[in-house]
Amino acid sequence: MTIENSNGARKLSASLAHVHAAGWGKGLSILTRITVMALRHPWQSAAAIGATFIASAFQLMIPQLLGRAVDEAQGITNGGSAAAVAQDALLATALLLLGASILRGLFTMVQNYYSEAVGHHIGYELRLACYEKIQRLSFSFHDGVHSGDLITIVLLDLEGVRMYFSTAFVRLFFLSVLIGIGAYLMISTDLVLGLLALSFVPFVGWRSSVTQLRLRATWLDLQERLQVLTRVMEENLGGIRVVRAFAAQDHEMDKFEAASRNALNLAHQRVGIRVANTSAMTFSFFAAMGLVLWVGGGKVMSGEITVGTLASFLTFMTILQMPVRQLGLMVNAFARASTCGARLFGLLDLEIAVRDDEKAADLTVTEGTLRFNNVSFAYPSAPEQNVLQDVNFEARRGETIGIVGPPGSGKSTLAHLIPRFYDVTGGSITIDGQDIRKIRLKSLRRSVVVVQQDSFLFTTTIENNIAYGDPWAKEQNIARASESAQLHNYVLGLPSAYGTVVGERGVSLSGGQRQRLSIARALMLKPTVMVFDDSTAAIDAGTEQRIRSAMRRYASDRVTIIVAHRLSSLMHADRILFIEGGQIVEQGTHEELLAMGGRYRALYDLQIRPDDDAMSA
Amino acid sequence: MAEELETERADVREDGRRPPRAVVGSHRIEEEIFGKVFDKNIVSRIWAFVDPYKTKVMWAVVAVLIFTAMQLLIPLIIRYAIDHGMQTGGNHSALVYAIGAFLAAISVNFAASYAQETLVGNVAEDVLFDIRKAMFSHLQRVSLSFMDKTEVGRLMSRLQGDVNSMQEFLETSVLSVGDITLLIGIVVVMLYLDFGLGLLTLSALPVLFIVRIFWLPRARKSFMAAHETNSITSGALAEAIHGVRAVQSMNRQPVNFMLFDEKAGANLRTHLTAARYAQVMVPIVDTLTGIAMALVIVVGGARVLGRALDVGVMVAFLFYIQRFFDPIRSLTLQYSVMQRAMASGQRLTDVLDVKVDIKDAPNAKVLPADMDGSVEFRDVVFGYNPKHPVLKNVSFKVNPGETVALVGPTGSGKSSCMSLIHRFYDVQQGQVLVGGHDVRDLTQDSLGRQIAMVLQEPFLFTGSVFENIRYQRTDATREQVIEAAKAVGAHDFIMRLPDGYDSILGQRGGNLSLGQRQLISFARALVADAKILVLDEATANIDSYTEMLIQKALVKLLEGRTGLVIAHRLATIREADRIIVLQNGELVESGNHAELMRNEKLYAKLYNLNYASFDDIPDQLVEEAASTSSRT
Repeated sequence: MTIENSNGARKLSASLAHVHAAGWGKGLSILTRITVMALRHPWQSAAAIGATFIASAFQLMIPQLLGRAVDEAQGITNGGSAAAVAQDALLATALLLLGASILRGLFTMVQNYYSEAVGHHIGYELRLACYEKIQRLSFSFHDGVHSGDLITIVLLDLEGVRMYFSTAFVRLFFLSVLIGIGAYLMISTDLVLGLLALSFVPFVGWRSSVTQLRLRATWLDLQERLQVLTRVMEENLGGIRVVRAFAAQDHEMDKFEAASRNALNLAHQRVGIRVANTSAMTFSFFAAMGLVLWVGGGKVMSGEITVGTLASFLTFMTILQMPVRQLGLMVNAFARASTCGARLFGLLDLEIAVRDDEKAADLTVTEGTLRFNNVSFAYPSAPEQNVLQDVNFEARRGETIGIVGPPGSGKSTLAHLIPRFYDVTGGSITIDGQDIRKIRLKSLRRSVVVVQQDSFLFTTTIENNIAYGDPWAKEQNIARASESAQLHNYVLGLPSAYGTVVGERGVSLSGGQRQRLSIARALMLKPTVMVFDDSTAAIDAGTEQRIRSAMRRYASDRVTIIVAHRLSSLMHADRILFIEGGQIVEQGTHEELLAMGGRYRALYDLQIRPDDDAMSA
Repeated sequence: MAEELETERADVREDGRRPPRAVVGSHRIEEEIFGKVFDKNIVSRIWAFVDPYKTKVMWAVVAVLIFTAMQLLIPLIIRYAIDHGMQTGGNHSALVYAIGAFLAAISVNFAASYAQETLVGNVAEDVLFDIRKAMFSHLQRVSLSFMDKTEVGRLMSRLQGDVNSMQEFLETSVLSVGDITLLIGIVVVMLYLDFGLGLLTLSALPVLFIVRIFWLPRARKSFMAAHETNSITSGALAEAIHGVRAVQSMNRQPVNFMLFDEKAGANLRTHLTAARYAQVMVPIVDTLTGIAMALVIVVGGARVLGRALDVGVMVAFLFYIQRFFDPIRSLTLQYSVMQRAMASGQRLTDVLDVKVDIKDAPNAKVLPADMDGSVEFRDVVFGYNPKHPVLKNVSFKVNPGETVALVGPTGSGKSSCMSLIHRFYDVQQGQVLVGGHDVRDLTQDSLGRQIAMVLQEPFLFTGSVFENIRYQRTDATREQVIEAAKAVGAHDFIMRLPDGYDSILGQRGGNLSLGQRQLISFARALVADAKILVLDEATANIDSYTEMLIQKALVKLLEGRTGLVIAHRLATIREADRIIVLQNGELVESGNHAELMRNEKLYAKLYNLNYASFDDIPDQLVEEAASTSSRT
């Protein structure tokens, strides 16, 4: 299952890379799925579609009425009868026209509003679904996917899906009715003139579709080029000291210029594509109008049709022009919804690798003993390469276990297995005899807390950040945890103390302060097993010492596991495991390991300076 | 799954008698979106960027005017055709003339629209890129103190968002010239065709104006609310993505979901309100159009019946009415674009106006490559804020080829010394000399070439390892690069990367460990082959194995160069030819390790505390040592 999941991440990345990959069948099933989502709002969808029909019917009445009015004004329909009768007829037509205009407006409003409303509801539902999914997808998924790509899905692709109902689905009805019935009315009035009047429709519809699809393709390309430009600028500004230190401004300007020119050229090209087509479309429309005027004029002269009929043809054309030009937008909306939907649903349909077993129960802590039984583990991205191999150890309540080893030895991985960020691939991990895979995740993670190497700060108050895992905590508890983590005094010195906003848009904390905050955050949960994953590296030795002594008070209630490469962080542990190549190669107390004269001893000699060789020099 | 979620959410609500101490996402402090409608200053500053394209813009305006004229002409031609070419027994040649005129008009229309859109589109893109370039290149020269206090994200939004809204502004400006002309044109033509009927029809116009004046502020408020809730929701989603590991390890999914639901719900509501505001204008405009047409039919129709008006005029009126509300709609939109552009323009000029403090002197000299490599501080006083100097009368000299370690507690002024050598900032008093020349008399470029710097936080650029190592000397050969990498001990791990030297480093070298990035930045400094090396040793913990490599590399790097090292590791400090101890911006002692130990002042005290690095010493102890040593 875990493997499936990382494949999911890979597949997702792959589908991000090949936007145009979706075939017709797949595209259709995605569009169906979005349509079904829309129809789950039956009243609103019905209102939108119903209003579309009515609005286009009124829209089509207007040219007819105008034509009638022109004829009435010439006294044609009444055969030159009394002026008063003709005036009454004009008044009646005028009122009908006013009524048709008002109703067209009202129903267009209903159509637009409800089709947008359905889209917004779909957007809301999809946002929630994405949020839920992202929060629950396992670490193995998040390891394999770039966060920027996920953001693209939940912001841009979601937008493409949301817009489908109003810009593609409803518009399709609108255009079909308008063009279909309009064509019928015109052709049934006068075949030749009707065909001439419609002659621009296929050309403009085709040009606008082709143009929109081309613009879409170049848009994606342009976004990529702009991204390169963004990266050049962002790196330059972020690394401005390096740039200045190496007097590399000219070099940087060249990089900028190249990226900029690259994007600008494409932008110009896009202007070209757009302009060539809009002008051609306008021209073909007017050319058709000229033909209608010419042929229609001849027919008026020979008495075949009236001036009013000709006027109604010309008005029909003006009414059709805009929607026909927007045909391309509709085609584009379909294309966009199908590619965006493919990625979005790809994300939503992923299976969650680490999830509750059907028979999962809450953890019952009795002795508080953690055991690793022959644990082996390989990351799903490299299933044949074991990062941990047959690891066995036991830690009882009150004990502190130190874990040390060279980089890449698997010590952090080991820490991540205990709260089930990943599932072991061999052996098992138990807490008081209960396999952690049989414990409800919620209850497991309340009992096992890992203080991460680089902890994430949420943009909110310090108080909220500390109480992150226990949002109903009392204030005193927050202050107490913060005291133990040696953060309290620092916080009191801030402008609004615990109410100070930190994180991306707030006060920025140093690495050491962040680590202390995340220790406080972990302490809030009063865990049964507390794991420090190299989480004191940025804290100076003295503060670390004080944190350690503050925690000694609680240490008797829990298992403490310290992963570190600074030996002074874990020398005091009850037992130290030296890990290399995914296996425990040495274990014992600090003194025992020193006496052993092996790997641990070598590391010790490297880190702690020999006492007085310098003095003798 | 869904059921489980429901129960979890129910749990959350049940324990929560009071609201949780929790939020998702952040209420970002929005920047002003709208400024004054028109700010002469800003417009003239922005105009300077349009100036090079003046001729093109002029032609674009001409094309817009021609285009608009053609739009006005077409109904008139139709009118002519109806009134002169189609009357029973009328003359056929009038129809032919009319068709000919129509053909000519649409050809001109085609050419004008092509020219106008091409010119406007391209000029707007050009100006956009020019403004961005001007800002970017300005940022390359502004003083580092400005860069220090400005977030990169903020600058990026200037370089992108604000610049884009200027582009939008330029495009719509030219088009609104067309809109205004069209509006005036329609009014004039209607009044010309039939004054009374024209006046009557035009009476609908002020109604629309008044309605829009009432509508606009409310509608805009609702659009802003939608925009704001949208960015809040997006922020919360982004946070969920970036912070997912913390969320899962703290079991916050159910609470977060509930909170997110509230935000997404608010977003939905504001969007529905905004949609209502946007759509309510549709029936209003349609009703006004209907009224105008009805008036033409009743009043105009009666006059046609009475032969007082040609039927063609009536048809032309009906055509104009259908076009007549478009310019008003786009002009009111243009109003918002203007306001947005003024706010953006203000921010752009703010950046462009940041003063360049450090410039080459008019007669600046080129630092000769064969200078001796000495560095001297003479009575230097310097503070980022001149009122609070961080260096007070500091004087010392580093002789050619010598390695000097700068040590001292945090805030003692070590990093400032380093920045001054490179003239990142100018001193307030005294002098900094490199190779015997005051740095202010040298060209910045030639100074930079003689000083290689290694910063504490190794910053690498996206690109290959090879390109990163020869960052300063872009002409360095592959052999030189490999030689440098070998010298600092980076060659082995580089060769283990998938594509060796051509491996592409991810964002800021993210795919390498800190220690490895450090080694590459050493190689980069070595290839720069400068006379003087300034190095700020990394304080962050690096695993002991890499640490060993780094120490060896450092020796190699300093060979035959003048070295100034901000040292944190005792091993480095002891290797130095001379140690300069700074405290609170003053030089308190200097000498080699043995001498300073004999001195028994600050250095000896700190050393005897027996920490592996000076940075590990708790502040409290440093203070104690400092106070006792100043007493002695």
